[in-house]
Order: sequence, then structure tokens, then C-alpha cells
Amino acid sequence: AGKNCVGIASDRRYGQYQTTIATDAQKIWKIHDKLYIGLSGLATDVQTFIEKLKFRITLYQLREERDIKPSCFAQLVSTMLYEKRFGPYFVEPVIAGLEGPNNEPYLCAMDLLGCTSTAKGFV
Amino acid sequence: KDYVLLIADRKVAYSVVALKSDHDKIMHLDASKLFAIAGEGGDAVQFSEYVQKNLHLYNLKTGLPLSTKAAAHFTRNELATALRKGPFQVNALLGGVDHSGPSLYHLDYLGTLHKVNFGAQGYGGYFCYSILDRLWKPDMSLDEGVALMNTCIKEINSRFLVGGADFTIKVVTAEGIRVLDPVLASSA
Repeated sequence: AGKNCVGIASDRRYGQYQTTIATDAQKIWKIHDKLYIGLSGLATDVQTFIEKLKFRITLYQLREERDIKPSCFAQLVSTMLYEKRFGPYFVEPVIAGLEGPNNEPYLCAMDLLGCTSTAKGFV
Repeated sequence: KDYVLLIADRKVAYSVVALKSDHDKIMHLDASKLFAIAGEGGDAVQFSEYVQKNLHLYNLKTGLPLSTKAAAHFTRNELATALRKGPFQVNALLGGVDHSGPSLYHLDYLGTLHKVNFGAQGYGGYFCYSILDRLWKPDMSLDEGVALMNTCIKEINSRFLVGGADFTIKVVTAEGIRVLDPVLASSA
């Protein structure tokens, strides 16, 4: 995080054990102009989870007619992951966004069960 | 350039016994999609027929053929939902040609989907990926593609422990599906 800015980066490898199958995998998705989420972990769960997330965000946008706040989005992700407490999605999200009218950086990383850890500098 | 080429071996094994050596593992999902399946015997056939019939149902309901991307995502969803109930042990390559051109999707049994220019499932990858990495270029003609496939087949038959196999070769183009002559181990 910097002054009114955040960055998020990922590798682009899709592989199985030692074999690399593709070098153009997408692991960061844009939620809206000021919010990005990166998902690592089991590839199939990453794909399933981002599909569910996009669904929830679309509904949110239709109902609220505004972009979701990063802190609110992080709470949504956390809840969605904890719902599967005893059969979790094997994903580890990293959320990066700018919150509020002053574009304060918002950085948050989570484990597979949805335990958030918000940080000021970097996650 | 305007086609997808799929090959699969023709052997059905039951532990150390080869039950059948002329089994077609590339299913026609519809007139413009091929589904090459590697996996557990029953699962492979059951799942691929399930996908095929569902695609047909969609066609009957809506009167529209599904795009390759949509078919691939549908298949992925079925595999991902089944993952936590009773997963299908099916690794697949789904190739098709639709209005946006040719596309090939790599699908594994967990439900991981990836669009690729070339791909392999099973041990074939260990032998073929390096060949394909080096020799594949975008916009290859069908003849060049077949020549590349033959190089891969030769490699498998000479270096793979369980090589010496026959291969089914099928190609999808805008005109439809064509079965090319199977490569027989004897002629390789």
C-alpha cells in the first residue's frame, strides 16, 4: 500500500505437481474500479469461489445500486468461507482496494476458513 | 488455425490386463465438439454421456447450439459440484469450433478448467509437452497439425513404458467432425 494507492500481484502458472500446464492463468479478479481480489489455492475451488463471488456482487450491485466497500466485501468473503467451515473451499484470498471518499488503502488477507487479517503496509 | 485436433489411445486396461485395444475414447458431444476422456472406466463413459445428453437437451429446449466455452463451463460445474459428493475420476480435453473459432479446454477431475492452445492428460503430457512447446505455432494448417501429432505419437510409442499403442485421431473444423485414420502401432 502507498499514498492513496494499492498494488496486487500474482504469478500466472497453472500446474499439477511438477508439470506446468499453462502460463496464462488468471488469479486476480477485478470486482470494481477500486477493488481487486486475488485467490490462490486449489484451482477448482478458486474457479468455483470466484463464480459464487461474482454472483453475490452482481446481486449487491443490483440491489444497492452502488459499488461495494472493500471492508464490506472482505466481510462477505469471510462469511462465505466460514459457511463451509467443515468442508472448506481451499482458497486463500488477498483483497486490495481503496476505501471511502479519501481513497484510503484497504489490504486484507484471509485463510481458507475466512479469518481476516487487515494490514496497513502489505499482506 | 481453424480446427482442433484430438488424439487418444485405444486401450482399456483392468489392472495389468488389456481388456480391449480398439476403444474410442473421444466422444462427440455434438456436431462441433469433441470430448476426449481419460479416467476410470465407468465414470468416463457415464459422465461423458451425461454431458452429451445435457447439451442435447439444451439444444432441444432453446434451439441453439451451445458455444464451446459454455459447454466447457457447464462440464466444469458438474465436476465441481460432484467433487464434494462423489467425484468423477475423469480427466478430459474438450475441443470445439464455434462462431468465435476453435478452442481447446483442459479439464481435470477436480473441476479445474483452463483454455489452452495444446494440452495433454495423463502420462502423455510428460512426453508431449516439450515437443508441443517447441513446435506448436499459432495458425498451423491441418497438415502441419497432423505432422506434429505424429511426432508426439512416435515419441510416446518409443519412450513410454506402456507405449506401442494405437491412437484414435479426430479433428473438429467449422464443417464438423472428421475421424482420421487411426495410427496403428504397427505402422508408426
